[in-house]
Amino acid sequence: MPLLQIRNLTHWFGGLRAVHDFHENLEGGEIVGLIGPNGAGKTTIFNLICGIYRPTEGEIFFDGENIVGLPPHEITARGIGRTFQKLRLWRHLSVLDTIKLAHFSRKKYGLIDALFWTRKCQKQEEEIEERAWELLKIFGLTEYADARAWDLPYGLQRKVEMVRALVSEPKLLLLDEPTVGMTLGEMYETMDLIREVKERFNLTIIIIEHRMKVIMDLCERIKAIDFGEIIADGTPDEIRNNPRVIEAYLGKEEF
Amino acid sequence: MRSLSQRLRSRFTGTPIQTWISGFLVAAVIERLVGDKIAALLGMGTVPRLFGVRYILTKPILIPSAIVYLLVIYFVPIFVVAWLIAPLARKMPSKFSMPLLLVLLYGALHIWSGLDEYRILVLQFILIDILLTVSLNLTNGYMGEFSCATGGFMAVGAYAASILTVGCFVTDDVFGPPWLPPALVRLGFPIGFPIALIIGGLASALTALAVAIPSFRTRGDYLAIISLAYGFIIKSLFENLEVVGGPRGFMNMPKWADLPVVFIWTVIGLWTMRNYVSSILGKGAPGVRDDELAAEVMTVDTRRVKVITFLLSAFWTGVAGGLFAHVMGYINPATFGIMKTATVMAMLYMGGLNSITGSIIGAVLLRFLMEALRPLEVGKWILIPVILIIFMIRRPWGLISFREFEFLRKEVRRAPASD
Repeated sequence: MPLLQIRNLTHWFGGLRAVHDFHENLEGGEIVGLIGPNGAGKTTIFNLICGIYRPTEGEIFFDGENIVGLPPHEITARGIGRTFQKLRLWRHLSVLDTIKLAHFSRKKYGLIDALFWTRKCQKQEEEIEERAWELLKIFGLTEYADARAWDLPYGLQRKVEMVRALVSEPKLLLLDEPTVGMTLGEMYETMDLIREVKERFNLTIIIIEHRMKVIMDLCERIKAIDFGEIIADGTPDEIRNNPRVIEAYLGKEEF
Repeated sequence: MRSLSQRLRSRFTGTPIQTWISGFLVAAVIERLVGDKIAALLGMGTVPRLFGVRYILTKPILIPSAIVYLLVIYFVPIFVVAWLIAPLARKMPSKFSMPLLLVLLYGALHIWSGLDEYRILVLQFILIDILLTVSLNLTNGYMGEFSCATGGFMAVGAYAASILTVGCFVTDDVFGPPWLPPALVRLGFPIGFPIALIIGGLASALTALAVAIPSFRTRGDYLAIISLAYGFIIKSLFENLEVVGGPRGFMNMPKWADLPVVFIWTVIGLWTMRNYVSSILGKGAPGVRDDELAAEVMTVDTRRVKVITFLLSAFWTGVAGGLFAHVMGYINPATFGIMKTATVMAMLYMGGLNSITGSIIGAVLLRFLMEALRPLEVGKWILIPVILIIFMIRRPWGLISFREFEFLRKEVRRAPASD
């Protein structure tokens, strides 16, 4: 059974067709790149998978279940994590609280337990706190636990966001331009980080990126889209030499 | 001189708040014993009720006396006691710190207010204001929405609790003799009153649901507008309900909310709300405020968090309303108008958002100002807004925001930062 199966995905924003007949089959374990010019509909596809938008047409099966129409928090809880193109960290929360809050769907206690801080609540809070510290330790973020995520340097903020996306133990991770705004050094670090988390957490990754270096090095398969439609699908070498991709996106010159 | 200040600092850094409350307790005892004699000696007719502010404002000639009184009765004992017990207090096991704090605090307030009925009333108002401000902080601070429904929620809680207590336990012109048999009427204060307060809170939360459902579909100004409308609807509803006196008001409530009762309810309210905002469930509220979309994608059930937070806020506002009614023994719809909401908001924004500490400080400070500046009459309403404006310019987030006093923090467990 494929991990993610998207069929005939089409989405209209009013009179604008943002995505048209998008399909995808992920068996699991691969890194797939999604490339295309700005406004091609890449982020929209992520938003459709996460449930932020409800597709006009089409089906998205995750782990054999149709997830179209579910609210985003339930989709994430089923195992799809994501990061955002523009960082979306919580401004006033510490790094530790940020990671703890992403555990929201794991707590099973209710309002009454929280109000009176029952043993049930204490136990689950302890478990979550412990798990949050563990994650921080794995990614070397313990020393920033009490700092506000917004006060950290950019590279670390990206890292915190990545850890936050991994909290729900996703099987599928969607990375929206993970290296945007980074220096070359930070870019290589991020690529190593992506490889590392893929191995450690046994992930399948879809990555949107404009830096061809990142895409070509990391991805086993690349999908190029333009005006919401798939224009090419193949290995990095096939994409590099595909005339439609060159015309729409890469440009004629050598890169 | 420098070495003295250093010694002072090293003696007092890290001293828990219990030290200062102990000092205040001793000061209150001293005032109880010799306050009137010292006041007479200093040429003041009576013991200053609120730290001598009245004398300072109305009789300038007594300013030195008032200052001497403050020094002798309050500052010197507080500092001496704090100096003496600071080393001891630091060694106190943290397990006892909270009960000890509450006992000391209540003891100090009880002895301090025992001298004067007016002080008791001011303390009751301050405690109710604390409860109101922390409740409002849940929606306006922690969740970042803008609710103007404090007055309305208070009114619903106050009227619901009052109808229950007057109907069940008191002989009243409108409601007749008590509905309950005499054996149960006697249990009115220990059992009936808490139940009435909780039902008042629940009634308030129920009406909050009617505000929450239409306004939490989207974010932004909707809640402000709908909650404002809600406040007016509730007020005119009670103005037109003849059975509870209409605009003339509703009376005959037993004055059951004495100082210990109000104190206990405020403590319970703060404790539950502190627990809520420390839990992951409650941290969803700042998540919604800072980035609702990210919260939703990071598994937070944002709809649920928004409704729960709002209803919890309404519940405790309603309970505070019930307490208020049973402090006064009389309520009328005009009490719960826009003025009430604005006052609580001023307390919140002056004290600080996203902080229980800030709300407590804001409520105490503003209520104290409102009472202490009474001699200025209308001038009070010029001075207080000016003070508020200065606060807003100097500290736009309020005095203490996004931080808590140590004794108000709830730590789940601290893992070592290094290893």
